[in-house]
Amino acid sequence: MKALTVSKAVTALMLAGLVLLPLYSQLSGNIFILTLFTRIVILALAAASLNLIMGFGGMMSFGHAAYLGIGGYAVGMLAQEGVGSGFIQFPVALAASALYGLVIGALSLRTRGVYFIMITLAFAQMAYYVASGLARYGGDDGLTVYKRSDFSGLINLSNRTQFYYLCLGCLFAVIFLIWRIVNSRFGLVVQGLRSNEQRMQAIGFPAKRYQLVCFVISGMMCGLAGALLANNTDFISPAVMYWTRSGDLMVMVILGGMGTLFGPVIGAVVYLLLEEFLSQLTEYWALIMGPLLLLIVLFGRGGIMGLLGRLNRG
Amino acid sequence: MLLVVEQFLNGLQFGLLLFLLAAGLTLVFGIMDLVNLAHGSLYMMGAYFAATFAAWTGSFLLGALLALGATLVLGIVLEMAALRHLYGRDHLDHVLATFGLILFFNEAVRLIWGPAGLALPLPAWLTVPVPILPGIHYPAYRLAIIVVALLVALLLYLGVMRTRIGMLIRAGASNREMIGALGINIKLLYTLVFGLGAALAGLAGLMQAPILTVQIGMGENILILAFVIVVIGGIGSIRGAFLAAISVGMIDTLGRAFLPNLLRQVLSGAAASTAAPALSSMLIYLVMAIVLVVRPEGLFPANRR
Repeated sequence: MKALTVSKAVTALMLAGLVLLPLYSQLSGNIFILTLFTRIVILALAAASLNLIMGFGGMMSFGHAAYLGIGGYAVGMLAQEGVGSGFIQFPVALAASALYGLVIGALSLRTRGVYFIMITLAFAQMAYYVASGLARYGGDDGLTVYKRSDFSGLINLSNRTQFYYLCLGCLFAVIFLIWRIVNSRFGLVVQGLRSNEQRMQAIGFPAKRYQLVCFVISGMMCGLAGALLANNTDFISPAVMYWTRSGDLMVMVILGGMGTLFGPVIGAVVYLLLEEFLSQLTEYWALIMGPLLLLIVLFGRGGIMGLLGRLNRG
Repeated sequence: MLLVVEQFLNGLQFGLLLFLLAAGLTLVFGIMDLVNLAHGSLYMMGAYFAATFAAWTGSFLLGALLALGATLVLGIVLEMAALRHLYGRDHLDHVLATFGLILFFNEAVRLIWGPAGLALPLPAWLTVPVPILPGIHYPAYRLAIIVVALLVALLLYLGVMRTRIGMLIRAGASNREMIGALGINIKLLYTLVFGLGAALAGLAGLMQAPILTVQIGMGENILILAFVIVVIGGIGSIRGAFLAAISVGMIDTLGRAFLPNLLRQVLSGAAASTAAPALSSMLIYLVMAIVLVVRPEGLFPANRR
C-alpha cells in the first residue's frame, strides 16, 4: 500500500487551494473568484450534509434543498422583523431545520426505495409552495436581506474574506463532524442499516429511530448552509428550494463520489465550476450539461473519487 | 350551485389529465422498474409539438394528432438512445440520468422555440359553452378533455387487461426473464411500453396546452403532482393511479376554490387571505402524508414480486 494515494493527494491539493484562495484573490485583484467560491463552499457544505444520509445512510433524499430555504428564510424573516443578531438567527435556522427534518423524516421513513425519493421530493415542493405563499415575506419574488447576520464584532460577515473563511470553517467543521459520526457507534449502526436493515433490526436496533436522528442531523447541517447562503446573496427566495436545486445537490454528491468524506466537496467544486465555464461558453449550457450527466451516470461509477481510486490501482 | 358544479367538473377534468400523466409514469415504473423524471418533459414536448403542428396545418385536430405521433416517436427514440441502458440500474442512477434529460429538453426547447411561451388557439367549435344541466353551461373544450381522457382510460384498461399485448406487458412486469425465455422480444415490448407512456404524457400536454400557455418547465410542477398520485395510488397500479388522480384533481381544485371562503369564516380576513393560498397548495401533500401514515405502500399496491 502506498502512503499517498492519488485521491488523497487531489483532496489535499483542493483543500489547500480553498484555504489559500482569498490570498490569490487579493494578489490578483480578482474579486469575482472569491464570490464564486464562497457560493461553491456553501453548496459543498449542503452537498456534504446530503452525503451523510445518502452516502452513509442510504436514504436517497430528493428534497434537501428545502433546508437551504428554511435556513435562509430563518435569517431573512428574522432580519425583516428587526432581529439582526446572528446569535439568534443561526440557532433559529438550525432549530427550524431540525423541526422540519423531524416531521418530514418521521413520515418519509415509513417508506423506502423509490417511494422515499418521491416523498422527500413532494414535501420539499410543498415547502416551496408555502414559501411562495408567504406574502408578508415577498412571496414568489423573495425577500431581500438588507443587513447580514450581526455577530457583534466577533466576525464581520460583510467582509468578503472573513465571510469566506467563516463558510470554509463551517464546511471543515461539518466534515469533521461527519467523520466523527461515521466512525462512531451511531454511524456504524446507520451504515449497517444501509446494508441490511432487516438484519440490524433482528440484532435489536430500532432502525427508524437511528435513521431519523441521522436525517435530522443532516437537515440541520444543510440548514446552516441555507443561513450562510442567504447572507451570501443578501436575498432569499422560494427558488432555492425548487426541486431542481435538490437535484443539483444530488448530482454534486454522485459526481464527487457518494459515501466518501470529501467526495461531495470535489463534486460541488467541479459541478459549479463546470456550470460557470459552460455558461460563459454558451447561453445554452444546459444543453451540454444534461447529456453530460447522463454519461456520468452511465459510465462513471463511483464518481470522481471512484475514478481517482481506480487510477491509483491501475 | 353553479360554482360547485363547475368546480367539480374542473376537478374531474384536472384529475383525468393527471391520470394520463401518472398512468405513463406508473406503467414505466411498474414494468421496466424505471423512475423517469423526464416524463414531464414529454408532456411539455407534446404541448410544443401541438402548438407548432397546429400552426403549420391550420387545424387543431390535425395538429393534435401529429403531435401525438411525434411524442410517440420521441419516446421510442429516447428509450432506444438512452433509457434502455438504465434498466436494471439503481433508482438513483435513473433519477440523475433523467434529471440530466430534463435540463437537456428545457434547453433544447429554449433553443428551438425561444424563451417566450406559445399559445395554442382553440377552433371556434370547441370554445362554445355547452348546457350540461338546466341553466348551467360548461366550456365545450373542457368537456372534450373529460370525454377523451375517460375514453383513453377505458382503452388503456381494456388494452392491458384484455389483449394479447396487454397480457405480455403484465407478464413482463411480473417476471421479465421468464417471458424472455418463452420467446417474447422483451426489448421491443419495453420500447413499445415506453412509447405508449410518452404518448400518454404528450396527450396530456397537448390537451392542457390551450388552457395554459405552452412554456418551458410546464412539465415539472405537474410531474410532482403525478409523483404524488403514483405514491398515493401505489406504484405500478393503473387502477390506483386512476382513483388517486381523480381524488388529487378534485382536492386540489376544490381546495383552491373553496378553502379561502371556509377559512374566512374561522379566521380574520387578513389571516385567512395569507393562510389560504399556502394551505390550499399544501392540501394534497397533507393528503399524501395521511395516506403514507395509514398505508405506506399506497392505496392500491400492484401485487408484484
